[in-house]
Amino acid sequence: MRETAAAYRRPVMMYSIGKDSSVLLHLAKKAFYPAVIPFPLLHIDTTWKFKEMIKFRDQAVAKAGATLVVHTNQEGIASGINPFNASISEYTRVMKTVALRQALDKYEFDAAIGGSRRDEEKSRAKERIFSVREAGHKWDPRNQRPELWHTYNTRLAPGQTMRVFPISDWTEVDIWRYIMQEQIEVNPLYFAKARPVIRRGVQLIMVDDDRYPLNPGETPELIEVRFRTLGCYPLTAAVESKAQTLTEIVDEVFEVKLSERATRLIDGANEDSMEKKKSEGYF
Amino acid sequence: MEKAIVRLLTCGSVDDGKSTLIGRLLVETESIPYDTIESTKKIRRSGSTIAAGEIDFSLLTDGLEAEREQGITIDVAYRSMSLLDGKRLIISDAPGHEQYTRNMAVAASRADIGLVLVDATKGVRTQTLRHLTICSLMGVNRVIVAINKLDALGYKQSIFEDIQATLEKALSRMQLPDVIFIPLSALAGDNVVGKSKNMDWYTGATLLEAIQSWRPPAADVGQARMRIQLVSRAENFRGLSGTVHLGSFKVADEVRVFPSNQITRISKIIANQQEVSAVDDLQAVTLVFESEIDATRGDLIVSSKEELHPSDRFNADIVWLHEDALIQSRSYLLLAGSTQTPATVTRIKHKIDVHTGGETAATDLGMNEIGSVEIATDTPLTLLSYSKSREFGNFILVDRLTFNTVGAGMIRHSLRRGENITYQKYEVNKGVRAAQKSQQAKVIWLTGLSGSGKSTIANAVEKRLYAQGMHSYVLDGDNLRMGLNADLGFTPADRAENVRRVSEVAKVLVDAGLIVLVAIISPFEADRRRAKSLFAEGEFIEVFVDTPVEICVARDPKGLYEKAAQGGIPNFTGIGQEYQRPIAPNLVVKGDDDLDASVSKILKVII
Repeated sequence: MRETAAAYRRPVMMYSIGKDSSVLLHLAKKAFYPAVIPFPLLHIDTTWKFKEMIKFRDQAVAKAGATLVVHTNQEGIASGINPFNASISEYTRVMKTVALRQALDKYEFDAAIGGSRRDEEKSRAKERIFSVREAGHKWDPRNQRPELWHTYNTRLAPGQTMRVFPISDWTEVDIWRYIMQEQIEVNPLYFAKARPVIRRGVQLIMVDDDRYPLNPGETPELIEVRFRTLGCYPLTAAVESKAQTLTEIVDEVFEVKLSERATRLIDGANEDSMEKKKSEGYF
Repeated sequence: MEKAIVRLLTCGSVDDGKSTLIGRLLVETESIPYDTIESTKKIRRSGSTIAAGEIDFSLLTDGLEAEREQGITIDVAYRSMSLLDGKRLIISDAPGHEQYTRNMAVAASRADIGLVLVDATKGVRTQTLRHLTICSLMGVNRVIVAINKLDALGYKQSIFEDIQATLEKALSRMQLPDVIFIPLSALAGDNVVGKSKNMDWYTGATLLEAIQSWRPPAADVGQARMRIQLVSRAENFRGLSGTVHLGSFKVADEVRVFPSNQITRISKIIANQQEVSAVDDLQAVTLVFESEIDATRGDLIVSSKEELHPSDRFNADIVWLHEDALIQSRSYLLLAGSTQTPATVTRIKHKIDVHTGGETAATDLGMNEIGSVEIATDTPLTLLSYSKSREFGNFILVDRLTFNTVGAGMIRHSLRRGENITYQKYEVNKGVRAAQKSQQAKVIWLTGLSGSGKSTIANAVEKRLYAQGMHSYVLDGDNLRMGLNADLGFTPADRAENVRRVSEVAKVLVDAGLIVLVAIISPFEADRRRAKSLFAEGEFIEVFVDTPVEICVARDPKGLYEKAAQGGIPNFTGIGQEYQRPIAPNLVVKGDDDLDASVSKILKVII
């Protein structure tokens, strides 16, 4: 993070409100203390995030004394796209990938710090800590700079931008352990609580507002659930859980041994989906 | 500080059972989520002989879709698992085909342990020696030689011992202090996590035990040092951030800042958002000093007790990482931590054969090749030898145009030549000399194809300058090749050296207060940039003589195009070798335009 702050003209840090973002934000505070975080945070808002996420975001940013930039793909909104009328991959492309590219271009950010980890998904295992994006934010996994020791090549040729992944080497368990050790505040959605959910196949979906199209006669049931990742509420399945403390969550993560992104509806679509999204500019 | 992460590098190809071994290690230590394991029971590579419903362990360590199609891995992939003592093991997997040396060097640069796989059914092959050579070169601390597939050979002790004896001979000429041999079967699971029941003749460690028993070698405790990563500023606060290496700092310690050589004391140490009284090795900190000192990113902070030996000449081993070969005399950016400076490989001493460790003479270094070189940096650095400190003994070379990482280097030792020469300052300087002639010293660098009109233009410009009473000199590429550069040919490396010498001569003449006209093809952008970097802002005027090649061929004043077309001149610019058009010249003139107009254009910039 210090490397990014020192080497770039206009760096930014992605802030997605999830636990990885909470850890990033905490690390940033530590890296620059007593100075304030010397770059803004960027949140790509699809307008379908959990209400509790937005509330938490504004509190966390205020507490950190950081600057927040929120971007929504207005063309996407105007086109009326939503998680129900488009395929999940198309919706994600428009409201997340395209939105991110718009935001990076609009503010001329030349480096973006993200919380991706190698253990989340196979193609992420190939990212560098400093990963170059060609013009148009394209990722060319075959043409990545070799990265040796802790000697990072932060230089950019014209048109290139940089993605930076400081916690690439961490695993989900590391994240939770660190949250515990440092007493980092994370979103309440990670803790089990009785929430109104409906069943879609094997997935449990929380009905966060009245925009969710219910089947005739369907009413959400109150079930004690928590979330392993946070995203757009119609696309993020909950897991039944009684874990109400960090210790209980860590125990559960150790025990469950379920790839965490399996609860995100998007990645199941096909085995290579993440690599495709990434080469288009997704984080 | 106790290391919480252990990094393991796996060396070997899929055929040796590498992916299967790592897959089994992960599954048997419960490091893999069950849904991932489930998917490996369903997916099959083409040609796979593993029964449906069984785990294909090898699928657990692969990545991108292109690889799955090819059935091989292409880059460095990482996997993470927990060791029993709570430490974390990061396994890096470098693949086994043509970009191998490069990928393996990347993975080895951070590895603590190297796991070298030997397929017992095939015995010791050249690739095994290559793996050991790279581990040795990159300073991997412990090497575990896993002799695999013993299940297929009746678990025979003699086979294991023969392979061990063969390798020990090769190891005697390498720098590997800690090597452990283990007989195992990845497929059957012998000696991977649990002790094998099939090889009671072996009493040593299993693979997991050999990994877990590793401890970092006792550090060669020197004096603490820290490279400045960031100058941190807040209200009434200025601190210098970085990571401490090779020792510890305490409040009130006296320190020196390099290169300014100022001495001060530490007044405050901030780590983890707190003020602390001392910091250890490998901690990320912000230091505050008693007095205002001159320090920026890339500078070094050391204990004032430490005697620094800055040098601008080093002996180093370089692993070349890029398709474009290393060119002697070409300027690259050298990055060592947060320190950056232009640097030139002045001599390739020899290549290192990764199979035998032998040396062969060389003038260039292609991708995946390793060479022993002499390197010169534009500013003096305080690097340590790689065997003393991996952190302060490494550097990377970066192309000055594309900013790609092209080479990785390990300092063997510094050459002290640099220290003994100090720059003498004279009171009659460039400005004074130029003022005496009522002019500003400048270099007009004319670049373009052979026959484009560079010499003609230089001649006409100089005549006009002379008529106006200005003091000038023309450096003509062809003329200099008859004397100063008579030993140089036309390969990219010789052209780089040619441009370097001409630019150094131009610098001397500019220092004499002259207006220097350089007429030289100088076909490579990197070489021209380096030339420009020798001069002050506004002093170097790059003029691109942009004449279409057809016109140059038609003119052919020296009959060279004719000769080249017949194959008589191999590296002729525009025919056997490319001409890189200047990216941002200060001026473009057309060689087929009116000469007077071109001359006036150039004179306007000079006067």
